[in-house]
Amino acid sequence: MATVTKIKAIINGNPVEVDAGTTILDAARKVQVNIPTLCKHPDLTASAGCGICIVKAKNNRKMLRACCTPLEEGMDIITHDPDIVATRRTVLELILSNHPTDCLVCGRNNNCELQKICAEFGIREDNFERILPEIPVDCSTGTIILDPKKCIKCGRCIDACQNMQDVWALSFIDRGFKTRISPAGDIKLAESPCVRCGQCSAHCPTGAIFENDETQKVWSLLQDPDKYCVVQIAPAVRVAVGEGFGYPVGTNLTKKLYATLRRLGFKTVFDTNFGADLTIMEEGTEFVERFVNKKGPLPLITSCCPAWVDYLEKYYGDMISLFSSAKSPHEMVGAMTKTYYAEKKNIDPAKIKVISIMPCTAKKYEISRTEDMSASGFQDVDVSLTTRELIRMIKQAGIDFNQLPDEDANLMLGDYAGAGTIFGATGGVMEAALRTAYFAITGENLKDVNFQAVRGLEGVKETTVNVKGTEVKIAVAHGLKNVKFVMDKVRDAIKNGQPVPYHFIEVMACPGGCVGGGGQPYMVTDDIRKQRAKGLYDEDAAMTKRCSHENPYVQELYKDFLEKPLSHKAHKLLHTHYKSRPLYVK
Amino acid sequence: MVVENLVNDVKEVVTRWKDKEGNLIMILHDIQDRYGYVPREAALEVSRQSDSPLARIYEVLTFYNYFKLQPPGRFNISVCLGTACYLKGAPALIDEIRHLLHVEEGATTKDGIFHLQIVRCLGCCGLAPVITVDEKVYSAVKRADVAGIIAEHSKAVSKN
Repeated sequence: MATVTKIKAIINGNPVEVDAGTTILDAARKVQVNIPTLCKHPDLTASAGCGICIVKAKNNRKMLRACCTPLEEGMDIITHDPDIVATRRTVLELILSNHPTDCLVCGRNNNCELQKICAEFGIREDNFERILPEIPVDCSTGTIILDPKKCIKCGRCIDACQNMQDVWALSFIDRGFKTRISPAGDIKLAESPCVRCGQCSAHCPTGAIFENDETQKVWSLLQDPDKYCVVQIAPAVRVAVGEGFGYPVGTNLTKKLYATLRRLGFKTVFDTNFGADLTIMEEGTEFVERFVNKKGPLPLITSCCPAWVDYLEKYYGDMISLFSSAKSPHEMVGAMTKTYYAEKKNIDPAKIKVISIMPCTAKKYEISRTEDMSASGFQDVDVSLTTRELIRMIKQAGIDFNQLPDEDANLMLGDYAGAGTIFGATGGVMEAALRTAYFAITGENLKDVNFQAVRGLEGVKETTVNVKGTEVKIAVAHGLKNVKFVMDKVRDAIKNGQPVPYHFIEVMACPGGCVGGGGQPYMVTDDIRKQRAKGLYDEDAAMTKRCSHENPYVQELYKDFLEKPLSHKAHKLLHTHYKSRPLYVK
Repeated sequence: MVVENLVNDVKEVVTRWKDKEGNLIMILHDIQDRYGYVPREAALEVSRQSDSPLARIYEVLTFYNYFKLQPPGRFNISVCLGTACYLKGAPALIDEIRHLLHVEEGATTKDGIFHLQIVRCLGCCGLAPVITVDEKVYSAVKRADVAGIIAEHSKAVSKN
């Protein structure tokens, strides 16, 4: 292994030693100095776009951008002096000179990075004439709202869209003052390759890219005495919602969330983790059918992630037959609520409204993706909110979240096994599926249900699982760029008539899986992704029932209603179809 | 504009440059040489054939002033905004053209007759401010002259 060269330098008089290649920005953090920046995000490459992070180096007349300048041996850096602060201030005033100041009615009010830095710099007046570009708002996707006039041209969304996700919906167009973010050459976002993953919105420092806020819709439903509102929460929401209320990152707040949702006015509180267990029953059985009974092509590819479904339909239309037809967990809970639950409780399904709380912006699109999403005869899920929207609702309702007592979910579609909860992290769906597939193939439960090889943030995780002498080759990919790598490998093998490299593939579009979803609280980093995932894995480890097929309420659902996995009824209610879609609508 | 044989045209151009690194800009140049501008259909076809995302293609197309996204007009009016022309009153000429033709910079009138473009220095600063209509140069132009210059070419069209 090559030894890493160490660099010794001085920052604000403090000696610092870092690996060669470390930027001045990162090196400064090691000596407790925060250099302000608006464009550099820990997930993304430095673009040197904002100019706020300038610093001085002794014997260098130019100011350097700390985000993209590597520290060099012997450098003597000053990060803060009156001259530098004054220059930063001017840069900030210039950014503000073409940014709207209607912060009070902006979605990012109180968590905008530009607003925060302006507050820190004590900006009190406009020193430059304000010139605002007139660019219309793009609401075409119904999931992500693009408001380019609030854009500060930091380039984060573009790096996320092009390089992290390899989707290439967004780019800058035009130049100079006219530069703006735009979908694929000035079309609507919905006509572009956008898969609604929302990573652009999760990385935007301002309100230029924002989830379509549907909280008002939910308030109206909750107020309507004629409606019976049912709610469900996704696995990844429980370990992220606390960030809105001052909890340490990764705190698992499942039971407090149940209590909160009842206080908000929901009559029944279900859990998408139940749906995850149900998905495993269907998808796991689908895998066994294909792998053991050779009924269908391999590899089987998971389909819980709606941004991934969208990506596959657009980029891999030729590989649809490999896709699991099982719906995503919250869609399953929606369909079961308006059929099974309605029947059991004797409630008119027309009056039931299902609201999903998801870490995801793409789920807003998924709920009306095709007519399969109305399998119950009604739209199975009526509204899908992001974690960020839920946090706002809790605050609006004046609920003292931190002091709430714990409550339980309504168990019929709310109980879950450990397998269901790890769905929220990359590798979790695969691990859950393997636990149940092993049982389905061998008739025995695994002695050790932990699959460490599929956990963690490695972009592509490949391993072989031994199922009583039979090797199952699997791959887990998260972040669409990594997904592309795996999919291209499969496509090449098929094209060249070679054996496929895997039997089973798990895909999650967002880096880290749903814990890092596009609808989660802002400023996510790999550390935060790891801590949120840990919150889920810890919950799983503490549970007595760790496999989906052990969930007693799932067993009851099959006994009383669905008969067995992949039954005619299960197919009708819990499975869907895909179709190849054009990358560009026009 | 009827774009015949577009797929084949693009194929020819893409093949010509396929081994050259950073070939996108050359491909787009050739497309513009052929059609006079880069039609949306051609950009889409380049995207398909060269495996370049449309977002990248439009980054390039809109960054360089040279590329046109709309069909050129019958006459191409270029107004120089180089330093000398700028100081001698070129902005007023642009205003007047916009006003008379209802056309923005880089666009073509609805009837397809005039295309307005802004250029940086035509290399004859002594004649500032300068307008050219295709190859014909008008020097020391005043705002009041603009209507006459336009009329001269409109008449030529109506005669044909």
